[in-house]
Amino acid sequence: MELTGAQILIKVFEEEKVDTIFGFPGGMVIDIYDKLEDTSIKHILVRHEQGAVHAADGYARASGKVGVCLVTSGPGATNTVTGIASAHMDSIPLVVITGQVPTHLIGNDAFQEVDIVGITRSCTKHNFLVKDVKDLAKVVKEAFYLARTGRPGPVLIDIPKNVSNTKAPYEAGQQVSIKSYNPTYKPNMKQLRKVVNLIDSAERPVIFAGGGIILSGAAKALTTFARTMQIPVTGSLMGLGGFPGSDPLWLGMIGMHGTYRANMSTSFCDLLIGIGVRFDDRVTGKTDAFASQAKIVHVDIDPTSIRKNVPVTIPIVGDCRSTLESLNTLIKPLDKTTLADKRKPWMDQVQKWKEQNTLAYKQTDTIKPQYVVETLYELTRGEAIITTEVGQNQMWAAQYYHFDKPNHFITSGGLGCMGFGFPAAIGAQIARPDKTVVDVAGDGSIQMNIQEMATALQYQLPVKIVILNNGYLGMVRQWQELFYDKRYASTCMNCGPDFVKLAEAYGALGLRATKPEEVIPVLEKGLSSPGTVIMDFVVAKEECVYPMVPAGAPITEMLLA
Amino acid sequence: MNEEKHILTMLVDNEPGVLSRVVGLFSARGYNIESLVVAPTIDPLVSRITLVTNANLPEIEQIEKQLRKLINVIKLRDLSGKNAVKREMALICVKAKPENRAEVLRIVSIFRCKVVDTGLEHYIIEVSGNEDKINAFINLLKPMGIKKIARTGALALFREPN
Ligand SMILES: Cc1ncc(C[n+]2csc(CCOP(=O)(O)OP(=O)(O)O)c2C)c(N)n1
Ligand SMILES: [Mg+2]
Repeated sequence: MELTGAQILIKVFEEEKVDTIFGFPGGMVIDIYDKLEDTSIKHILVRHEQGAVHAADGYARASGKVGVCLVTSGPGATNTVTGIASAHMDSIPLVVITGQVPTHLIGNDAFQEVDIVGITRSCTKHNFLVKDVKDLAKVVKEAFYLARTGRPGPVLIDIPKNVSNTKAPYEAGQQVSIKSYNPTYKPNMKQLRKVVNLIDSAERPVIFAGGGIILSGAAKALTTFARTMQIPVTGSLMGLGGFPGSDPLWLGMIGMHGTYRANMSTSFCDLLIGIGVRFDDRVTGKTDAFASQAKIVHVDIDPTSIRKNVPVTIPIVGDCRSTLESLNTLIKPLDKTTLADKRKPWMDQVQKWKEQNTLAYKQTDTIKPQYVVETLYELTRGEAIITTEVGQNQMWAAQYYHFDKPNHFITSGGLGCMGFGFPAAIGAQIARPDKTVVDVAGDGSIQMNIQEMATALQYQLPVKIVILNNGYLGMVRQWQELFYDKRYASTCMNCGPDFVKLAEAYGALGLRATKPEEVIPVLEKGLSSPGTVIMDFVVAKEECVYPMVPAGAPITEMLLA
Repeated sequence: MNEEKHILTMLVDNEPGVLSRVVGLFSARGYNIESLVVAPTIDPLVSRITLVTNANLPEIEQIEKQLRKLINVIKLRDLSGKNAVKREMALICVKAKPENRAEVLRIVSIFRCKVVDTGLEHYIIEVSGNEDKINAFINLLKPMGIKKIARTGALALFREPN
């Protein structure tokens, strides 16, 4: 069968069961758009290509599938870079298609030509320039395979216009094999037995769960493992929801804004089992002091993550889920009372740390942002999908919304990319129409991709935006308050916009709360209204996120409220 | 921790952009490349890259893992130990005035290398061997005046077991 490149691309999309594409058209992808009209694949027209990538990211995280984007060459392609970099840092599977100028013009500085493959080399898992339509089907297949297997990540395919509009034979169902790419899923059993022995001899074990738990679908296996062995669990920002936030074994998030008990438990444990984590500096603080009394077991599918930042006693390369499932077959739990007796001294200590409720905050006559998130948690019974922007809003969402299930907390963890949350919420809502999806936003970040309001309205997506409006680039202001003598250089943003009117201008519902007693009614009304809603909570301007570990300090050195 | 010299050899896909991925990994992480040789193998779809870098143990572990992670790197081996043959070639253009032509030729013959170009005032000499030999050769020629030099950097192959 002879098909054009555009048709071949779409055929492979169909083989890969793509149902939604996020994109924005232009001259170099017009042939692909033309053929897309003939399919049942849904195309979501965003208002900025960065929005397309974040939306695909949110879609991927909420659905567990590969997110797909389609944009034109030049500015369309460069606009995707931030989104790709964010997905790369968080290991999110994406396939990003960029149009390119025709092959004979490549290198000529042609109109809207950029070397996007060169630009994105270091922020993609892999990328391709397809110069011959005959290679297209194979490349697209490989791209999906690479994106979703091993440590997932974004893969970019640059397709010149003459590749999408010339014909080549197409053969369905080609198998992918890449000789140099064989991720290790199954862990080494010898190593696992050593882990079992370590657990048996440990007195103060802690599990540290990361994004790998969510990505590999290991939440259930982790929960079984932790409960069977009665080991307390902390999580990175990316790991939230990987273990039930309401479980008594849950210690809360670790790191710079981690809970007191999580940071103390990690610092004084004698065995730390890190699973699907990469020991980011926001987690470890000063690395020499991190878990310095502990033997460290590190499970990750990416060998480069292991021993990158901290020394490891037992490295295990493998998929988190396979590893935990294998571990669960190896462990020989003691009977309940013996185990409880064995754990008692450690659990008592953890409980003491827990009683230091460092997330307590004082109610005043201005709205506390923590209260807004806490109330949101209660009103949604912890079942909403929460996306976040970046800054204080992100940390408060992580601290005060307790996630019981995976794939419910969607945040730009590694890149910390302002403007992520709203388009990601759009993607998540498309993936999960049955769910309440809320973007917990800052007044600064929300303005970075506010144009996507038009997208939300066009596709009638009932995304709810909760703005914690402090009139500041709050997290930077917090650093200025604490470390720069309160010199608020360029962080005050007290000139609006009026977010209620802004919502209305787009045809959405806008609500505002300025007093604590308005928080519940506004949330109730906003959450129960059918369409897109912006809720503007005018919160205490100079509230800080606590606990806080100053950058580079040991994580035991927490500034408390 | 002590830095040591490492010779890494890799088989990679012979296609555009692959070298840039390898080199980009070094530049992005602040590692230095001492020397670099790339050429196709007998399989035209596969090239061999030989790369020399200075790194301490955790660094070299990370470099090797990162290189292996590149989709286009098919195979990688650290050939720093004794189990590899290592060679380098250099072309050296040395001043050869009538009064020291004989001396240059004498050194050339001691080192069993070749004069590949002769002019009224210069020789171009081809020398190959291990790095120490080439350095020694260059040191001996220095007093005559070296005009230009081009070195390939190290090449290495793992010794086949007997
Ligand atoms: C694209 C981008 N630019 C700059 C930053 C640096 N930054 C981190 S948090 C922050 C403040 C965000 O302000 P806002 O959205 O109002 O959130 P708040 O901290 O006030 O809750 C800034 C500027 C960033 N993370 N991302
Ligand atoms: Mg703010």
